[in-house]
Amino acid sequence: MNNPTNQNFPYVPQSPLVRLGRSFIATLKAAPQKAASRATGVFHSAAAKVRGFFKSFADGDAATKASYLIMGLGHLRRGQIARGVIYLLLQVLFILYMVTFGGRFLGMFFENFFTGGNVGRVETHISGEWDPELGEYVKIAGDNSFHIVLYGILTVFVVLFFVLTYLRSVRESYALEQAAIIGRRPDGIRKDIALLSDSKFHVTLLSLPMVGLFFFTIIPLATMILIAFTSYDANHEVPEHLFQWVGFQNFGDMLSGGSSLGATFRRVLIWTLTWAFFSTFTNYFIGMLLALLINKKGIRLKKLYRTLFVATIAVPQFVSLLILSKMLDTGGGTLGSGGGIITQLIENVFGYHLQFGLDILTTRICIILVNLWIGVPYSMLLCSGILMNIPEDLYESARIDRTGPVRRFLKITLPYMLFVTGPYLITQFIGNLNNFNVIFLLSGGGPGDLSLYTNGAKGTDLLITWLYKLSLGADRNYKLASVIGILVFLISAILSLVVYNRSSAVKGEEHFQ
Amino acid sequence: MLTVLSVLWLIPLFYLLVQSFRGEPGAWSPTFFPRTWTLDNYRRLFTETDFPRWYGNTLLIAVVSCAITTLFVLAVSYAFSRIRFPARKPLMNVMLILGMFPGFMSMSAVYFLLKILLPNNYQSHVSLIIVYSAGAALSYYIAKGFFDTVPKSLDEAARMDGASRALVFRRIILPLSKPIIIYTVLINFIAPWCDYIFVSYILSGVPDTGMYTVSLGMFRWLEREMVQQYFTTFCAAAVVVAVPITLLFMWLQKYYVQGVTGGAVKG
Repeated sequence: MNNPTNQNFPYVPQSPLVRLGRSFIATLKAAPQKAASRATGVFHSAAAKVRGFFKSFADGDAATKASYLIMGLGHLRRGQIARGVIYLLLQVLFILYMVTFGGRFLGMFFENFFTGGNVGRVETHISGEWDPELGEYVKIAGDNSFHIVLYGILTVFVVLFFVLTYLRSVRESYALEQAAIIGRRPDGIRKDIALLSDSKFHVTLLSLPMVGLFFFTIIPLATMILIAFTSYDANHEVPEHLFQWVGFQNFGDMLSGGSSLGATFRRVLIWTLTWAFFSTFTNYFIGMLLALLINKKGIRLKKLYRTLFVATIAVPQFVSLLILSKMLDTGGGTLGSGGGIITQLIENVFGYHLQFGLDILTTRICIILVNLWIGVPYSMLLCSGILMNIPEDLYESARIDRTGPVRRFLKITLPYMLFVTGPYLITQFIGNLNNFNVIFLLSGGGPGDLSLYTNGAKGTDLLITWLYKLSLGADRNYKLASVIGILVFLISAILSLVVYNRSSAVKGEEHFQ
Repeated sequence: MLTVLSVLWLIPLFYLLVQSFRGEPGAWSPTFFPRTWTLDNYRRLFTETDFPRWYGNTLLIAVVSCAITTLFVLAVSYAFSRIRFPARKPLMNVMLILGMFPGFMSMSAVYFLLKILLPNNYQSHVSLIIVYSAGAALSYYIAKGFFDTVPKSLDEAARMDGASRALVFRRIILPLSKPIIIYTVLINFIAPWCDYIFVSYILSGVPDTGMYTVSLGMFRWLEREMVQQYFTTFCAAAVVVAVPITLLFMWLQKYYVQGVTGGAVKG
């Protein structure tokens, strides 16, 4: 682990939060300049590439020139048969793909993309023809808007890849010509394959994971991001109906002041942030205290205690959370109606009927408490490791100065811990923003609330559980689900930027090794 | 103090255990301990419900997706940690950004894709395995952190002797990486047992409830219509699911702690 005192941070007595804030503001200030310098860099290298592209065409011989039109001809001419054939095949496949499939979707995708309007041309409709067997008019299937978005974005990526491959083949073909002039024989396919386990080993390692990532993360995510700019919901369900490109309208609705949707969003957002704040900090501090308790000198059976607490991490959450939700259940809701064991206990001892799942505030408090049960062992584990690394001489000198345990904690332990685990806290905060399990399994988002109900949310729903409900069930609203996803991303991204700035791991990556 | 706390921590789990032996039917019992003790819930669980099938399904999914995920994570993190290639930084940045979107957001589109790829059985275990393992590369971070701390001089020495990168990876790095391999396997083996959100999206509509995984099936048992009848069965099932997972976890706890602390401190 890093010892923070070794790093080049000048010692300025500021609280970690202030430091975080400052470094964040500094990044924001530096961002435009950074972006500008990077943009010019990109522009220059792109310009150089374009120049090179035309120059090698002018300089190249017939084979090289021909490979500008038909990929792989240059390779075939210079004896790189396998590569040449692969390039040729890729070009044929690409043309086939575009002609039979991609081109059509790409056309419909971009048709109304910038102006707004239907995604697709023909809506599913009823023809004039009567089908006596079914007893209804014959239905004619129209375009499927969702498929158009999905295949459209896929085709955009395919074209992009093809262009990159094309440029690469042209570059290679010119290089081969140059090599032939000085009399060097080109590498055969065997050499290429051998390189895959050596200097090109990263290609072997990365290709399969990246293919998985491309098809099941990048394409779906790009599609769903685009859905945020359409009118896709239960009233525009595919394949019966077309949906439309609507630009930023959904974002406007979601963020507007007056509408009921805007009000719902603000309430859910505020609760999400409140929840993330309380769950992160309560877990962190109580976990740290617990770690201190266990680590204290003279405590026996340290290992046993740690193991006991860790049991709650080990038990699958859907088991532990569901059983707690049943222990807290109200039964009927009024005094004397039974219910879960905790509710009954509270009723018998205090004569108060716990309104878990009935009253919003009660439910929220219960959730935060139950989350302690789940989360404290986790932060206890984390803190124990770090606590042991605090240099003992700090405490030694404090003891010589007759400092009390509380001050020792406040002046030594806490600053040290906050310094080391600052990034972790923010990561944890982001994790809690998206903590689906705790909310969904404990309260299911309930209790209901009339003002939230119309927009499909409930009293303890987080943005993420709201998103879940909007993408499933009777009144699906994919467009709003996507808008929520994008907004969650924005929040996480801003917070991550803070971590990224502070994280020594990123800056000192090369120093480690 | 600690004793009190640890007892408090274990009460819910203990409650689950004793309730699984409860003889009285119904969702609520007024007492912590059952009045009549029985093994009937377990007998019922294994003979009258789909639970054994769910268990098998989950085990299969967990093993396959864990194997694929672990391979992917190790490959990606090693490549990012050791090999310097032009696309490295851009790729890492793209993956960082992808990771910030809620994973569930893309689910509707994934569902459509699965429908296209597996038209006849998109509501299947294959789909689930694909969903769990296809995005694996995104969680390379902790393993990369680990590889970063393995001295580079080891690689260089072997490369001087003429070993290829693949050989270095297989013969030198992997044997040294036992802790991180165990951590990755553990996390990814447990994940399918605990997942509800993706299973519910993919398998909810399947007509044969025997296709469910444990989390989805058991969740159903606690819904309002079923809870009176199935609560004690749920407890028994929970014990059967939780005990092996918990033991596994306890056994490999050391590696888990290493992974968590290592990953967290580096941010």
